[in-house]
Amino acid sequence: MALASRQFLVATFSSESTLRRAARLLRDSGFQIHDAYTPYPVHGLSELIGVHHSRLPLVSLAGGIGGCVGALAMQFYMAVFDWPLNVGGKPPNSLLAFVPITFELTVLAAGLATVAAFLLRCRLVPTTSADSMADGTTEDVFALALRQRDATVDSSEVWSLLLESGATNVTLKEVSR
Amino acid sequence: MTPMRPSWLEGSLVLRDISDDIARPLDGRPDPSWFACVTASTIALGIGAACVTYEVATGIGTWGLNKTVGWAFDITNFVFWIGIGHAGTLISAILLLFRQQWRMSINRSAEAMTIFAVVCAALFPLIHMGRPWMFFWVMPYPNWRGPLWVNFRSPLLWDVFAINTYLIISLVFWYLGMVPDFATLRDRAAAGVRKHVYAALSLGWNGSHRTWARYETACLLLAGLATPLVISVHSIVSMDFATSILPGWHATIFPPYFVAGAVYSGFGMVLLLLIVTRRVMNLERYITLQHLDRMSKITLLTGSLVAFSYASELFTAWYSGNLNEGFVFLNRATGPYAWAFWTMVTCNVAVPQLLWVRRVRCSPSALLPISILINVGMWFERFVIIVTSLHRSYLPSTWVMYRPTAIEIGTLIGSFGLFFTCFLLFIRVLPMIAAWEVKGLAGARAASEAHGVGV
Repeated sequence: MALASRQFLVATFSSESTLRRAARLLRDSGFQIHDAYTPYPVHGLSELIGVHHSRLPLVSLAGGIGGCVGALAMQFYMAVFDWPLNVGGKPPNSLLAFVPITFELTVLAAGLATVAAFLLRCRLVPTTSADSMADGTTEDVFALALRQRDATVDSSEVWSLLLESGATNVTLKEVSR
Repeated sequence: MTPMRPSWLEGSLVLRDISDDIARPLDGRPDPSWFACVTASTIALGIGAACVTYEVATGIGTWGLNKTVGWAFDITNFVFWIGIGHAGTLISAILLLFRQQWRMSINRSAEAMTIFAVVCAALFPLIHMGRPWMFFWVMPYPNWRGPLWVNFRSPLLWDVFAINTYLIISLVFWYLGMVPDFATLRDRAAAGVRKHVYAALSLGWNGSHRTWARYETACLLLAGLATPLVISVHSIVSMDFATSILPGWHATIFPPYFVAGAVYSGFGMVLLLLIVTRRVMNLERYITLQHLDRMSKITLLTGSLVAFSYASELFTAWYSGNLNEGFVFLNRATGPYAWAFWTMVTCNVAVPQLLWVRRVRCSPSALLPISILINVGMWFERFVIIVTSLHRSYLPSTWVMYRPTAIEIGTLIGSFGLFFTCFLLFIRVLPMIAAWEVKGLAGARAASEAHGVGV
């Protein structure tokens, strides 16, 4: 991969309300916001940034179906075909008795699939280094980042919009990848 | 201005103060009282380790079990500990689905309690096997012993799957909840080993909103999965008993009765842990008296369900006209184990009635003994169910008495030692309050106060 660097315009704010106001101003002026960086989830930002509904529930559903089918298949193979042991006169295919384990494995597979999909989609793995846009976004700083592709980062309009909306600091940041 | 709804955070709303408070126990030298607690719990753990070592080396004969009473102390402890865990999942998953804000400052420690309790619980079936190093035989794995598989029709095997699933999902949920806090700790830490550890644990978290949005979806999904899971776990534990034909065990009320009892005993333990830690760790402004009040109300509700189940069992024993069933309950109340039965009734039916009084619900010094008595009562409930049903069943010639040996009592003490040692280490090395959730609470309140709207 060629060494390319991307430029971001990063504005920091001291509270969620100033961040939200700035995001709304930028969006209304036609600028595309790359992402926001906040110490806790700020609700109502998704629409302003253009984050769509997550498809994680589908992954969860798929994991659940996989776990359910896998658990039933396992129990049928082991208890009906491979080793039909007579326990208390119950038929080998005692489906009702298979329900609890099927349920447990459904939940297990759905839960693990959800978490795995989430971590991979967000590239959250132990070796990832946090490429932080601004210092303190995990503490008490709220930041907005605009990408050069989306906004003319050196247009005076953006800078004045951000400063007007109460940004404590506006900087240009190069992120190399 | 008096707030319309109680505020779940007292004092400063400054975000940095919140992380300072939550990170303080991890940085500074702990209080002497923490060392005292650790010493006591490590001694208990040592006693347990010695007893378990002796039991494994010698055999199950070191316990007071006999041919009639094949389950007693060990399975009582197992059901007791697995029940304790249920309050943690209720707080972290069910209250999340119900959007209860008061869960935010107690969910982390309650989830930790769940995990440690499940570990303590898993110990007992393991050592009851007699040959614990063969533990993997309970798993269906391909083997060379001919076609030989586990018995999927046995509730005991259902338990294996339920408890393992519960432990794994609880661990994953707990860890996932801590990732943003690890990132905060990483950014606070000075360069060094701790920073590297936090950096690895925080998985490169940088607070991106795109990640936060997916994170909240993932947490909601896990909560949705954990909710039926937690109900299934104790239901399956109750089926270990209910699917048998023994009078006193063979009852359709068992699954809901056990789940209610589990949540009740779990809240007793959460109250006990939090009343002590909020004091020792100076976290009174996060775990407020109003939190204690809410937890007491759930304790009262589930305690009432337990009392109703007792009444229902007694009524059914009489109304069914079944001689064996009737005898078991008469034997429980008036037989040789009547003292255990009446301890159970006193602790689980009479004591929680004090929680109707608001002043009691908001008083840590009153709640502390109540929470201990709840745990005593719930331990005896399992003892009564297991031992009194077994020791006098259908055939009078098999009737015997069961007495625990010192080894069994030592193992019970050891399980408490394991639990409290784990919990005490947890409050020292991991953030015991979900800082990001509390910050969200503080930030939202600051934002609404800035707009002049009461929260």
